[in-house]
Amino acid sequence: MARFLIRRLLQMVLVVFVLSVMLFLWLRALPGGTVSAILGERATPETRAALTKALGLDEPIWVQYGKFLWRALHGDFGTSTRVLPGADALDIFLTRLPATIELSAFALVFAVALGIPLGYVAARRANSPVDSGLVILSLVGVAVPVFFLAFFLKYQFAVDHNWFPVSGRQDNLSCTRITNFFVLDGLLTRELDCSASALKHLVLPSIALGTIPFAVIFRITRASVLDVLGEDYVRTAESKGLTARVVRGRHVLRNAMLPVVTTIGLQTGLLLAGAVLTEKVFNWGGIGNALADAFQYRDYSVLQILILAAALIYVVINLLVDISYAIIDPRVRTR
Amino acid sequence: MTATATTPGSSRHGDEPLLSVRDLRVTFTRQGEDPFTAVDGVSFDVRPGQTVGLVGESGCGKSVTSLAIMGLLPARGNRVEGTATFEGTDLLTLAKDKMRDRRGRDIAMIFQDPLSSLNPVVPIGRQVTEVLERHKSMSRKAATPVARELLDRVGIPDPDRRLTDYPHQLSGGMRQRALIAMALACEPRLLIADEPTTALDVTIQAQILGLLKELVTESGTALVMITHDLGVVAGLCDEVNVLYGGRIVERGRRHELFASPRHPYTTGLLASIPRLDGARGAPLTPIPGSVADNLPWEHACAFAPRCSQPVDRCTEQSPELEHDDGGRALRCFNPVEATS
Repeated sequence: MARFLIRRLLQMVLVVFVLSVMLFLWLRALPGGTVSAILGERATPETRAALTKALGLDEPIWVQYGKFLWRALHGDFGTSTRVLPGADALDIFLTRLPATIELSAFALVFAVALGIPLGYVAARRANSPVDSGLVILSLVGVAVPVFFLAFFLKYQFAVDHNWFPVSGRQDNLSCTRITNFFVLDGLLTRELDCSASALKHLVLPSIALGTIPFAVIFRITRASVLDVLGEDYVRTAESKGLTARVVRGRHVLRNAMLPVVTTIGLQTGLLLAGAVLTEKVFNWGGIGNALADAFQYRDYSVLQILILAAALIYVVINLLVDISYAIIDPRVRTR
Repeated sequence: MTATATTPGSSRHGDEPLLSVRDLRVTFTRQGEDPFTAVDGVSFDVRPGQTVGLVGESGCGKSVTSLAIMGLLPARGNRVEGTATFEGTDLLTLAKDKMRDRRGRDIAMIFQDPLSSLNPVVPIGRQVTEVLERHKSMSRKAATPVARELLDRVGIPDPDRRLTDYPHQLSGGMRQRALIAMALACEPRLLIADEPTTALDVTIQAQILGLLKELVTESGTALVMITHDLGVVAGLCDEVNVLYGGRIVERGRRHELFASPRHPYTTGLLASIPRLDGARGAPLTPIPGSVADNLPWEHACAFAPRCSQPVDRCTEQSPELEHDDGGRALRCFNPVEATS
């Protein structure tokens, strides 16, 4: 296990390094650029040249990268030029991360809590009307664009019916902040109305963000359970007269969960890294929102840390999936 | 548990049958396909402590017969008719939860492929203890030493270590031994073995058969042995039922059947076994054709197209299973001449 972990950690370092190079080159190849974004189209060549020099953008690209890498290794990811001018890029990332994690967590809970049980039921009743209905529902779930679903939910349940708040993370209740996870903060400080408000704000964005993962988890669970139900060892378990509950839990689900765990891990990575659309629609103060702004204004420092962090999160979650895989499946452990 | 440690075969006329299968018929009714009758009116008895063989090639209905008795056929897509009376209770009409109570406790089963028949993510020991927990109301803790004992009894070396091992860490023969341990954990009165040695090496096959024979003799468990391998039957069974196309075509005690097979299918099966004492390079004598050539039993003998000595009646009329007084039965219009 230790060797496995060390190897995986080295792989992670390599992945992040290669990605940082590609990202650096790619960002600087984008049309427009920081200088135009800051000074606008009508700046004189002299002011442009001055700013370019001040930002260090006149140096050869590998020198720029070298400086970036050196500073990054010391925890300095540069200063924001536009998202929050003058603020430390790392700080921007860190203050926004809890919002995105909170949203992703609830979206994932929604997706898993519905996807796995419904997937199991559909598999048990394969080809029945219930199964067909659920499969169609999941197809719609993957097919509906996130921005459409987000707007639809928002207008239907927030604007038209006023059941849920339209946007933001919390009503203005002057809540105490500890961790920046608003639901958790409310519980820690016993300001339960703060938690309640945060929960209400979470409902619609979580559904919007969780629908695709739900559909994917549902389909993988269904396929996997169907596979396992046909396995000889399930027949063996039945031949032992074990109760339906034991057959289902120990023999069917435990085996069927192997591919599902992988899927959940991959979906988590996607959620954390890519909630841009949902965050935009619900004006959620998380990473996705910051990413969109940073792109719009070519805020290189902020873009770099956000994208690198997203990649790092993705890779770390993949590692966690592999580890959990080894815990569930003994055949992986001994390899 | 039976108190009767009867010598196999000695109790043919005395005891009530333990399991009595009558007119078992299993029809698969898949949507969009013609119904297919896999088992077509099979009847046989198993007495306490007796070993009965069901023999035939792939597709003759022997596995389906056993799964139907165990209530392990898929919930949908098939129709099961007839009766399978086990100690006075018809298993085929028994409520699902009542059948669950009996499976693993009164009737157990072992299967063909020991690797795929074991749950890959549950330790061997746990797969043994779960049966004891279920049927003997033991705690997991109390069941563990019993499981150890069982693994030891089926000849698994170092049983303490094997308790926590996973199936992939065991050899094929060890896996089948573990499955036997699970099946015998609650001392069932009937064990159904469905091709238990097919997936194993020849040397291991002999060991497993020896073990099965020893265990059923020791505990007085009756055994239904399902196989395509007449060698297995010869070493183990008291009575042999030869199945063809879902029907029994010949039945007899082991020695009689081997000494003087009467049905051309049985003689064909016997002739197709390669012999060590035969001439070197001598070709095997297979039964020509395949089960795909079968005629429908309703108005013919299904085996007629592959038969070595068909007569006109074979394709015009359906032969009945004729019993004689000595416990032999035959379904044939033109049987092979008795040699004795």
